[in-house]
Amino acid sequence: MSSIDQSKIRNFCIIAHIDHGKSTLADRIIEKTGLLTSREMQSQVLDNMDLERERGITIKAQTVRIIYRAMDGEEYIFNLIDTPGHVDFNYEVSRSLAACDGAILVVDAAQGIEAQTLANVYLALDHDLDVFPVINKIDLPSAQPQWVKDEIEDIIGLEAQDAPMISAKNGIGIEDVLEAVVKKIPAPSGSADKPLQALIFDSLYDSYKGVIVFCRIKEGRVKRGTEILMMATGAKAEVVEVGYFGPGQFIPCNELSAGMVGYITASIKNVKDTAVGDTVTDAKNPCAEPLPGYKKVNSMVFCGMYPADGAKYPDLRDALEKLQLNDAALQYEPETSVALGFGFRCGFLGLLHLEIIQERLEREYNLDLVTTAPGVIYRVYKNNGEMIELTNPANLPDPSEIAYMEEPIVSAEIMVTTEFIGSIMELCQERRGKYLSMEYMEETRALLKYELPLNEIIYDFFDALKSRSRGYASFDYDLKGYEESKLVKLDILINREEVDALSFIVHADSAYERGRKMCEKLKDEIPRHLFEIPIQAAVGGKIIARETVKAMRKDVLAKCYGGDITRKKKLLEKQKEGKKRMRQIGNVEIPQKAFMSVLKLDDK
Amino acid sequence: MKKIKRKLSIYIHIPFCIKKCNYCDFLSFPAGERERERYLGALLREIEGEAHKYKDYFVDTVFLGGGTPTVLSGKQIGRVLEELKAGFSFVGGSNIGGMAEITMEANPGTVDREKLEQCRQAGVNRLSIGAQSLRNQELALLGRIHRAEDFYQAYRWAREAGFGNINVDLMAALPGQKPEEYLETLRKAADLGPEHISAYSLIVEEGTPFYDWYGEGGGRERQEKANGYAGRGEEDSAGAGEGMPALPSEEEERLMDEWTGKILGEYGYRRYEISNYARPGYECRHNMAYWKRYDYAGFGLGAASMVGNVRWKNSADMGKYLGCMEAETVKEEVCELSIQEQMEEFMFLGLRLTEGVGKKEFYEAFGEDMASVYGKVMEKLESQGLVTDGERVRLTPYGRDVSNYVMAEFLF
Repeated sequence: MSSIDQSKIRNFCIIAHIDHGKSTLADRIIEKTGLLTSREMQSQVLDNMDLERERGITIKAQTVRIIYRAMDGEEYIFNLIDTPGHVDFNYEVSRSLAACDGAILVVDAAQGIEAQTLANVYLALDHDLDVFPVINKIDLPSAQPQWVKDEIEDIIGLEAQDAPMISAKNGIGIEDVLEAVVKKIPAPSGSADKPLQALIFDSLYDSYKGVIVFCRIKEGRVKRGTEILMMATGAKAEVVEVGYFGPGQFIPCNELSAGMVGYITASIKNVKDTAVGDTVTDAKNPCAEPLPGYKKVNSMVFCGMYPADGAKYPDLRDALEKLQLNDAALQYEPETSVALGFGFRCGFLGLLHLEIIQERLEREYNLDLVTTAPGVIYRVYKNNGEMIELTNPANLPDPSEIAYMEEPIVSAEIMVTTEFIGSIMELCQERRGKYLSMEYMEETRALLKYELPLNEIIYDFFDALKSRSRGYASFDYDLKGYEESKLVKLDILINREEVDALSFIVHADSAYERGRKMCEKLKDEIPRHLFEIPIQAAVGGKIIARETVKAMRKDVLAKCYGGDITRKKKLLEKQKEGKKRMRQIGNVEIPQKAFMSVLKLDDK
Repeated sequence: MKKIKRKLSIYIHIPFCIKKCNYCDFLSFPAGERERERYLGALLREIEGEAHKYKDYFVDTVFLGGGTPTVLSGKQIGRVLEELKAGFSFVGGSNIGGMAEITMEANPGTVDREKLEQCRQAGVNRLSIGAQSLRNQELALLGRIHRAEDFYQAYRWAREAGFGNINVDLMAALPGQKPEEYLETLRKAADLGPEHISAYSLIVEEGTPFYDWYGEGGGRERQEKANGYAGRGEEDSAGAGEGMPALPSEEEERLMDEWTGKILGEYGYRRYEISNYARPGYECRHNMAYWKRYDYAGFGLGAASMVGNVRWKNSADMGKYLGCMEAETVKEEVCELSIQEQMEEFMFLGLRLTEGVGKKEFYEAFGEDMASVYGKVMEKLESQGLVTDGERVRLTPYGRDVSNYVMAEFLF
């Protein structure tokens, strides 16, 4: 195969605020370049998982190579790298960006710039990408493209007057976008003759090929037989196959060289050996330095996951093992709970990541799970000078041994229309936020900066934000560090028995409020039994709140009409089935969802 | 050797009424004369076509239910019974109302003396009158088409027409009802001296106007909660739609139930099933057949059957039912019960009866000891004070209050 003309390659991604039409534009580009007929085209081709399609979000980076014949008569190779679209996956986003030379910034013609628009643009500029904007959804009645263009120029400082005006949904203006890619995004630099230097921006596990490494070749070349070295993890392997990405398939080729985006397989068994952000080089002729920016991804949010049916513990272990093959950010280790039996303490990038893993376990592995309240890593400094990183509230040492505790703090940026500034500031205040600054982006919108404890935002902060701003606020955050904080462990007692799986760490000032709400919530969740059940919240053995589930008085089927016994039996079965989804704690049956109820304390 | 015939009960469904009541989720709707006549044709055809399958049975009970069977004319009801008489053998021979129990449900707003006489002549010998309440305000809330006076009139006509076995259907725990108001209805009904009284608690069923007003469970539980939160000002609207009186609390409802047993006991009625009371010897044989799992065949739209441990249900789709020439094709959910399912039914149906379930009968039916199958469950339930264990297993009064909980325990 004759080598590919590097000047005809364009490596780019699409960045956008959520819902501004990133995946739809990607679909249109693929469709337009003729890779798939529209009949074959399932909406949002790049979102592979059902879950991604359903939620309309991208979880894993996806990449596709397409051929575009431009107006100048030349054929170009486009490598479109679709990046994950959620703050939980910020690091993955940054690595995907590092694999590109340019980015298309999609901005909604009706909504204009949002917090993630800004965050993504800054991220792209940090990676020296050439960014050009496109204005999407111009066919919406509420579209104000000129206003959006001005806004882009004023706030971001990107030239926007000649931005393509498109409707990705209805296929308007897609040609303009493709031409702009050719003209505005630079061809990759780098030399095929230098030692191999390739950036890993994603990897996945395939049961036939082993780990498939997605990479961008910055310098040098790689082909079958090359012995490669992963510079951060130190793993070595011999390349079995290289290739590029067709839509939904891997297409092998002879060689990948500088400027190209493609994949490598090398009979690597564990995705942990191919960390995102690591540099691949030639073991025999290594490059001088790894590419910059590698960092080890750490879990931020933790929770216990238990099989509803204790006998399914091995199944859960196998499922987690398999998921981890594809998701190096997922951590887990076995733990036991008095209430829930054997399970795992799992670590996630954020709450969305947690929810996704939970849903995948339930759907793809058919597991019925009980999940405990999510928490963050607290640092517990003991009197004896020892420091513990606490992920499970149950492991909190006795208060007498604790000198002080620290909790993780994030820097948050919230973009909001001015009318909601008051209620959003109130929300941040309630969540123990520290106000940093407020900048007006224009008359009607402001960017609020706060420092917030991570444990205050992992529950339902995002939902609360949306509801208090009628959906208009957008939000982005970054881990800032740890700060000392007055934290206590809140215990829940059901029928006077402490339920370890319901304990959580909370700021001392919110303990009473949380405890009270938790008791109320549990009172609603726990069905009535034949006896009265006290539900109590306690801090350090002292009861701070109490509710009571009254004893069952009545549960009768009335008329058994016309001999329709089947219908009555179905009712009884439903009752019986309901009981199966419960956890027996002492002689109280607790529905599984009760263990997540701490998440929903701010409903109503 | 002459083959011994088995008992059969027959249920006939008449899916028509003048107007749906606000609590009703039965298969029933208003219809014009032409539609009723068409339905009758299909029903007679079904009976005729199915009868030959029951040559080894004699009919012990017939129940004409609905809906409101009495929206049909006396003549039409007569034709149904004629068809049964032609196709089936009845206990006691050709006089079908002789020994067999032939019940018909009647809405007080749809009968007159002549119709009742015609029905009596045709063989109906037990009348079940849907009074529900004897307070006009409550009747209006329920969406009933009749008033208390209509009930008294209908009752008198029924006696005059020669009905010696009458049931009165009553409902407790109605919207806004105080226990003493319910007891007033109960006493007035008992004063008339019917042979049988059914007293059900109102259940708010999905898909009814009551459900829209009161939500699942009738908002009774929520109301408890609202009471519990009293003073905190939360959920003060719990329990009722706009302008609707709240449903009685659970406590009040249980009180009504408790008093029903006491008062009717004083009048000489015996509670023989969770919601049914009768003077000795007047227990409804048809209902007993359900609880005791005797064979029964249902005819008509949506009617349920169980014959030889096979259960099925007719389609509830009127178009399908009317167009059907072959009875087999309207049968749905045909299901042969496994031994386990039979045991489950034996327990949860039998426990509805005051006499409970007999260990001897269980052994005779299944060749296994009840204790070996359900020993653990019964031990637990007895320790919780929900059943008494002896030759027969029975619900305690509290067990009756929470009978769903108890019955569900017997499912495998």
